[in-house]
Amino acid sequence: MDDLDRRIINRLQGEFPVCERPFQMVAERLDTTESELITRIRCMLDDGLLTRFGPLYNAEQMGGALSLCAMKVPEDRFDAVAEQVNSFPEVAHNYQRDHEMNMWFVLAAETAEQLDACLREIEEVTGIPVINLPRKEEYYVGLHFRV
Amino acid sequence: MDTDELAQLDRRIVLATQAGLPLDARPYHWLASELGVDPGLLMDRLRLMLEEGRIRRIGVVPNHYRLGYSANGMSVWEVPDEDIGVIGRQVGELDIVSHCYHRPRRLPDWPYNLFAMVHGHSREEVCDKVEQIAQLLGDRVRRHDVLFSTRILKKTGLRIGG
Repeated sequence: MDDLDRRIINRLQGEFPVCERPFQMVAERLDTTESELITRIRCMLDDGLLTRFGPLYNAEQMGGALSLCAMKVPEDRFDAVAEQVNSFPEVAHNYQRDHEMNMWFVLAAETAEQLDACLREIEEVTGIPVINLPRKEEYYVGLHFRV
Repeated sequence: MDTDELAQLDRRIVLATQAGLPLDARPYHWLASELGVDPGLLMDRLRLMLEEGRIRRIGVVPNHYRLGYSANGMSVWEVPDEDIGVIGRQVGELDIVSHCYHRPRRLPDWPYNLFAMVHGHSREEVCDKVEQIAQLLGDRVRRHDVLFSTRILKKTGLRIGG
């Protein structure tokens, strides 16, 4: 990663323009060329330095249902329960965390009813209560990392 | 196009960009020709989705682990419900916080109603940042904690409208 890569990452976590030649517009501001900018983004994606380039959708605003859920899983059953929970396609990500509530996952479904049904099914399959923590209000989603 | 047709078009745009934007000098024209629509209309729909917040932003998502931000702590706070709007905005404005949400308490298991994701290069750095937030909030906080992730058990992108 060199200085230009860093400047590309810092700038493109902001707004990528919607116009006919957006790469050219950004390239001018970064003091580089359109083709160099495209090549750099492709390389950083291939390399895994970037995980995505494109529109970031807001699932709830798109009409989907989303919730953060937590479970208190006994240590000796942890891996087996993780496998059960992960087998649901509605589980988008799942993290182990160092707390009494040790399993944290995000459920995403097309509707609130589907989300509730999935949640109940996870409780049934695992025999462990799921704490459902849907967001009530969002104050900030920045995800902006300076390099 | 009527409202239904536009909604259908928006859905097709979302599906066509789930994997990202084409790395082409004219990415929106490329996409428009894929979908068989006028590039001007496609760009108008994207601008509208940005304006309405259906698209948060268009740009890159870096792999924060690769950038050296290897520690992420989910800080959780128990604050008075009547003050949460003010406190939430105050915490969300800090540049060390990437997400900040009000979520319900689930007593007796879960007393915390404010969540703020804090990233850093190490656990120590994250803990220092959490302490800075605690000092900022002072006695408006009844208790707080920080939960570190110890393992990623599953990570897939959110699939929308598919």
